[in-house]
Amino acid sequence: MEITLIVILVVIVLVVLGLVGIYNGLVKLRNQVKNAWAQIDVQLKRRYDLIPNLVETVKGYAKHEREVFENVTKARNLAQQVSNSSPGVRAQAEGELSAGLSRLLAVAEAYPDLKANQNFLALQEELTSTENKISFSRQFYNDSVLNYNNKTQMFPSNIIAGMFGFTMNEYFEVKVEAERTAPKVSFN
Amino acid sequence: MWEQIKANRNRSILLVIGMGVLLVALGYGIGVYFFDNVYAGVAVAGVIWVIMTLVGYFQGDSILLATSGAKKIGKKDHPRLFNVVEEMTIACGLPKMPDVYIIDDPALNAFAVGRDPEKAAVAITSGLLQKLNRDELQGVIAHELAHIKNRDVLLMSMTAVLLGTIVILSYYFSRMMFFTGGGSRRSSDSGGAGGAIIAIIGLVFIILAPIFAQLIYFAISRRREYLADASAALYTRYPEGLASALEKLGSSTNQVKAANQATAPMYTVNPFREKGRKAADLTSTHPPISERVKILRKMGGGISYQSYEQAAEEVTRQRIIPTSALAGAQTLAAREPSTEGAVGEPDKLARTRETQDMLFGMSRYRKLDCQQCGTVLRLPPDYKAPVVRCPHCGTVNQAINK
Repeated sequence: MEITLIVILVVIVLVVLGLVGIYNGLVKLRNQVKNAWAQIDVQLKRRYDLIPNLVETVKGYAKHEREVFENVTKARNLAQQVSNSSPGVRAQAEGELSAGLSRLLAVAEAYPDLKANQNFLALQEELTSTENKISFSRQFYNDSVLNYNNKTQMFPSNIIAGMFGFTMNEYFEVKVEAERTAPKVSFN
Repeated sequence: MWEQIKANRNRSILLVIGMGVLLVALGYGIGVYFFDNVYAGVAVAGVIWVIMTLVGYFQGDSILLATSGAKKIGKKDHPRLFNVVEEMTIACGLPKMPDVYIIDDPALNAFAVGRDPEKAAVAITSGLLQKLNRDELQGVIAHELAHIKNRDVLLMSMTAVLLGTIVILSYYFSRMMFFTGGGSRRSSDSGGAGGAIIAIIGLVFIILAPIFAQLIYFAISRRREYLADASAALYTRYPEGLASALEKLGSSTNQVKAANQATAPMYTVNPFREKGRKAADLTSTHPPISERVKILRKMGGGISYQSYEQAAEEVTRQRIIPTSALAGAQTLAAREPSTEGAVGEPDKLARTRETQDMLFGMSRYRKLDCQQCGTVLRLPPDYKAPVVRCPHCGTVNQAINK
């Protein structure tokens, strides 16, 4: 009689511990997704700040490329406007901006004076690195979302996820083709 | 990606326990041979180990950085290196960016230290910094950060301490054996055949412990190199970067001046390797470079622990990644090379200049352009004369600090 009672108690304690563990795991993953998203946000903002400087520097050397400058500036402003939207909408705008930027940098290649300018080189390094950071933080964000989504869908954690309102997260995917390929420069 | 760390730890714990057993066996040997009391020997070994572990845990990273002559740099010293470390920190999701150190050495190597991801550092030789383009640098840094992320750094330094304790104890007591005439105390008190056998067992422990400890240490180290390679491929999504960096590392014969036996496993490649020698034997701290390169190249376009494992099994005929790490992960496509023809990446000459500027700047040299021919003159920090003659065109320049 007593033994059954103890067994039942032990089973209950184990189940509760398991549930707490799953819940905490879900919270941890959700926070990781949030953190990763914040990281993307930081890098995107950094890019908005760099663009006016870059455009100004290139303008001084390459006056005839007005269209490129206008496109970049327009894409930047648009991206900044939708910066509170969902990851999907944002990724679209940011993709356009990346494409515009790679065109701007490709233009710079045709102006030797500009290429030797220390200020431009420093800006370019910052921009290259920011682009990399954006893509690496996107990578980490998507990995985190994958982990989190897996956990919210798989048994048994999906039960807990359903009970406490853990919802799926959206991936940050780039749909612009130009952004996926590295800029190629040609002189003909 | 996160299960990796757990599986990794379990397997290493077994090996570390093995080393712990060796330490106890050594203590036992010392006990029966010198103190006539097993516990006394084990206690001596234990106390020395605890002291060394405490020192290693709290001071290990600074000792290592100091002995290798590494200097800390900031973003303005070398923006590209700094940025690459920052990029890889983001890619592997470390909570905090490690400090960046430079070792002024023409040898090609890098290492990571730090007992936890919050307080870690990566060090890279100036020679390596000059040789590698951005993709390759990313690969090497990712490999080092993977060591930090997988907690290899703490494990390796703690095992190094354990190994050090075993080696020191056995060295010290085997010397004592020769000077005290070997087991004379032993035979004087209890005597008899039984005592003699125990004494011999003790002796065997004292002699063999450091050899086995070394082998275990190397085994842990080699396994972790593969794991860090696999992680680096995953973080960068570009195994070719690390592969071609390793090739450059492998073709260099320079040895790191400040490296020693204990710190060797910390480096990206074995700092003591000889050129052309296939160091696949038991006594190497690192897997042969050619093998590591081959595995990375065999991964093809698919980036995941599975594809690394598959490639590794083909090349080495042994399992490398723990099964639990393979479950549930997806295979991703490798990215395009970024530096080939990319805008604004410095070439070899520019990289050399960059690195030299940094080293001179760190030693507080002043830079001065010759007014006549534009040659860059560098003045050491203790240069006091008011003028300096340009060695190129002979013009006398004012040496006043701008």
